[in-house]
Amino acid sequence: MTTTTQAPPIRGKQRAGDRVFSGSAVFAGAMILVTLGAVAIFLIVQSVPALFATSENASILTTNFWDYVWPLLFGTVWAAALALIIATPLSIGIALFISHYAPRRLASVLGYIVDLLAAVPSVVFGLWGIGVLAPAVQPLYSWLVDNMGWFPLFAGPVSGTGRTILTAAVVLAVMVLPIMTAINREVFLQTPVLHEEAALALGATRWEMIRTAVLPFGAPGMLSAGVLGLGRALGETMAVAMVLSATGAVTFQLLTSVNPSTIAANIALSFPEAYGININVLIATGLILFIVTFGVNALARWVVSRRKEFSGAN
Amino acid sequence: MNLKRFGAPAAIAAAAALALSSCAANEGGSSSDSTDSGLSGTLVGAGASSQGSAQEAWIAAFQTENPEVTVNYDPSGSGAGRETFQEGASDFAGSDRAFNDEEIAEGNFQACAPDTNIIELPLYISPIAVIFNLEGIETLNLDADTLAGIFAGEITNWSDDAIVSQNDGVELPDEAITAVHRADDSGTTENFTEYLGAAAPDVWTYEADGVWPFEGGEAAQGTSGVVDAVTNGTGTIGYADASRAGDLGTVAVKVGEEYVPYSPEAAAAIVDASPFVEGRSEFDLAIELQRDTTASGTYPIVLVSYLVACEQYADSANVELVKAYLGYIASPEGQDASAESAGSAPISENLRELATAAIDSIQ
Amino acid sequence: MATTTTRPAASSTSVENSLAAAKLPTYALWIVFGVSFAVVGAVLLLIAIASEAEFNYAGWLIIGGLLYALSTWLFSSLVEGRRRGMDRFITALVIGAFVIAMIPLISVTWTVVSLGAARFDIEFFSYSMRNVTGEGGGALHAIVGTLEMTGMAALISIPIGLMTSIYLVEYGRGAVARGITFLVDVMTGIPSIVAGLFAYSLFSIFLGPGTRTGFAGSIALAVLMIPVVVRSSEEMLRLVPNELREASYALGVPKWLTIVKVVLPTSIAGITTGIMLSIARVIGETAPLLIAAGFTASMNYNLFEGRMSSLPVFVYTQYANQGNPPEAYLDRAWAGALTLIIIVMALNLVARLVARTFAPKTGR
Repeated sequence: MTTTTQAPPIRGKQRAGDRVFSGSAVFAGAMILVTLGAVAIFLIVQSVPALFATSENASILTTNFWDYVWPLLFGTVWAAALALIIATPLSIGIALFISHYAPRRLASVLGYIVDLLAAVPSVVFGLWGIGVLAPAVQPLYSWLVDNMGWFPLFAGPVSGTGRTILTAAVVLAVMVLPIMTAINREVFLQTPVLHEEAALALGATRWEMIRTAVLPFGAPGMLSAGVLGLGRALGETMAVAMVLSATGAVTFQLLTSVNPSTIAANIALSFPEAYGININVLIATGLILFIVTFGVNALARWVVSRRKEFSGAN
Repeated sequence: MNLKRFGAPAAIAAAAALALSSCAANEGGSSSDSTDSGLSGTLVGAGASSQGSAQEAWIAAFQTENPEVTVNYDPSGSGAGRETFQEGASDFAGSDRAFNDEEIAEGNFQACAPDTNIIELPLYISPIAVIFNLEGIETLNLDADTLAGIFAGEITNWSDDAIVSQNDGVELPDEAITAVHRADDSGTTENFTEYLGAAAPDVWTYEADGVWPFEGGEAAQGTSGVVDAVTNGTGTIGYADASRAGDLGTVAVKVGEEYVPYSPEAAAAIVDASPFVEGRSEFDLAIELQRDTTASGTYPIVLVSYLVACEQYADSANVELVKAYLGYIASPEGQDASAESAGSAPISENLRELATAAIDSIQ
Repeated sequence: MATTTTRPAASSTSVENSLAAAKLPTYALWIVFGVSFAVVGAVLLLIAIASEAEFNYAGWLIIGGLLYALSTWLFSSLVEGRRRGMDRFITALVIGAFVIAMIPLISVTWTVVSLGAARFDIEFFSYSMRNVTGEGGGALHAIVGTLEMTGMAALISIPIGLMTSIYLVEYGRGAVARGITFLVDVMTGIPSIVAGLFAYSLFSIFLGPGTRTGFAGSIALAVLMIPVVVRSSEEMLRLVPNELREASYALGVPKWLTIVKVVLPTSIAGITTGIMLSIARVIGETAPLLIAAGFTASMNYNLFEGRMSSLPVFVYTQYANQGNPPEAYLDRAWAGALTLIIIVMALNLVARLVARTFAPKTGR
């Protein structure tokens, strides 16, 4: 800036279009506030009676609310974590394949095919898991228990139907793959071409180019993808309810009939027959799930915000 | 520009418009060619999912008979059904158990006129089959103690002496037993555990409950889930509505000195052999099932599901509809319809007389 | 490169310069590929014959792929140097990841298509379930319900979601933007079943207990859809380089026109994908619709009155409440699932065509 008499920063003329546009943007933000406020008030008001409920007034509790919710919370986090362990490397691999490996003409078709997985409703994944996947993996589970049973995660006795938490995690992983892949793919495609060409010009192989240019640029987006996937895995209801043999135990074993249930699946299973304060208990478990998912989201948001320099609009 | 942003909803709207312009081929325009029954309106019921497919059959037949009537039955579950009925949001409820004494004493049924009773009719009797998947074996004889042992996880192999000793001439494999139970809260589980507790009190020490009472065995969602798990697994055993047993092997249960396979007649027999709950109003036909009966030819693992209505409705608009609908369900045609579509056991003449009297009293 | 092929292959000692290094010919990789799978196939076949079991196709694919990845890495490292070896190894892994993802996709598609085809007939699209027991009947009522409810949810959530993300990226500064970001994160965490409970309770309070309408279902879906739209659109808007915006401002274009004419077209493909994914997410929701919209066997065109069926709920109820004969119910369930997938596919295709038509031409 050269010396001028105007001390305040230069402000563009506020046009009517600008005012309308920014006004409607603010209005949209306010709508979110209203919706969320309503959901939050509803959840909290409905949950309060449950927090102090005992087995005397709520028949599904054996002692108190926290003893009831703990195994469910464990199962929710455990199943989602397993799903993410499976889905994260796969989704990054698929996204890289589509964005940087596949022939260009093929790439959009392949991306479309992966998006198709997102079109499959969870009920169908449930039916598929029970009817196709579980019987198919049961022999593998038997083999693992027989030959690698010394490894704590694979301890027996093996499930006779294959409907274990590992199967549920595989179904969950398949379900979160499309959303994670789609975001990773878009992010990888947005890598500045100059960065990539610079890396290649310096003699980097394709993998070195990806490692030095694409992955660092896409890191926040990949994290974002992971969190969206985790959020969906945590809250997935029907598929888990149908596939998992949930008996409510707290265990890390992957291949037995005795598995922890998840919060969302438990709500779906118990809600139809619930009445009175049992409903409040179930809604309160929903609140717990809500808090967990929110915690994960907030954590990711914090990490991403520390790496804003990769964003275009900083 | 806006085209882009609203492309997706526009596409949906276009597709919706296509669908909207058409009309279901099996609906509408039927008022001219039908006999005018004089009934019209919408009847709302909610409750037990076990009655779901029976209700479908009843509704289909009833609506065909009375084209101006729409009956909605929401198989949202017994608990939800009882609650919806208490709130007055439904005209009748389906429930896998009768209202208990406390709930009756509390009263406050919004749909009913103040200080009047409700009527409960055990019009859906469904035998629960114990199904298993063992190659080449179609039926097994088991007594209550053995069944309870299997489901409690104490008998873990098909070649166990307790099973072999009751089944002469059956080649039982040396295979682990996977006992499948319902993961969801259900009337089927409640009735099954009630049977185990009553008939094998030494082995089965848990209380009857809609939720499986301990962490063990394999869990599956809903009747369909249990049937799928048993079908797809190896060495599996489970319990499900008898109509869904299909090609799976079924257990004949020991009653008295004989082994009784499930059959509609045997299931209806246990209801007749059981007394009504004491201390209820005249038309409250809640039944105290005798699970440990030794009466010959009775099959004790049954699910009895009730239809609940008001003796006197606060709002008289739907009274005629309720009477006609429940009357149809209690009639031989209604019972046959549910027997065919849902595999239920038709009620006995004796029970029908009592139920018809109760339905006639509705006002 | 032409230079490498004319050079004698003896200079493999110098691996630092990739242009000067030896290069495996393409056919060598195919040979390694073929040998890997042949060896694994032979071993598995022997095992299968020995144990009288069926040939394990999944094991063949997975172990064969792993063997191929490892052996290309080994060969390439020896001949072409460590760096190119690593590159080939990663290439094999990336392709492998894609192939693995195709397995469930093909399996699910095959299952749905083969089982759904049985009832994918005219009756299915022209009948409702009113007065139908056993065989026959259709899902017209559920198709209409799904389209109406999802359409209404999209009408509510796409403007709100997109405008919010524009606000967050282009206008929002300071506490308000942080607050909204926070709230969007919170909304992402709402479990679908809780959204259903919320919508149900909301309408029960204002319209009396037990009220179930299609619109309540739309509200539940919108609650689930808005945060997904915001998050994905925000991500895409942020990826638009600032240079583009500044170039536009420098030409004297107002901010809102810059957003409409420059920022949105640049990111339209990503935004459309995000919106399609959010629709795909909610269109298959079962639990919230079961609670908020209930279901009925009859047609209902009116979003604001009476229960409304939707395809996922139709599929679920057909599966969960099977009557006699059960095959008829299962066939209807699978046909419903197939219909649902086809609807989402069609939406996807339309959106992609729209995005391609309007998106600026880029390098890729």
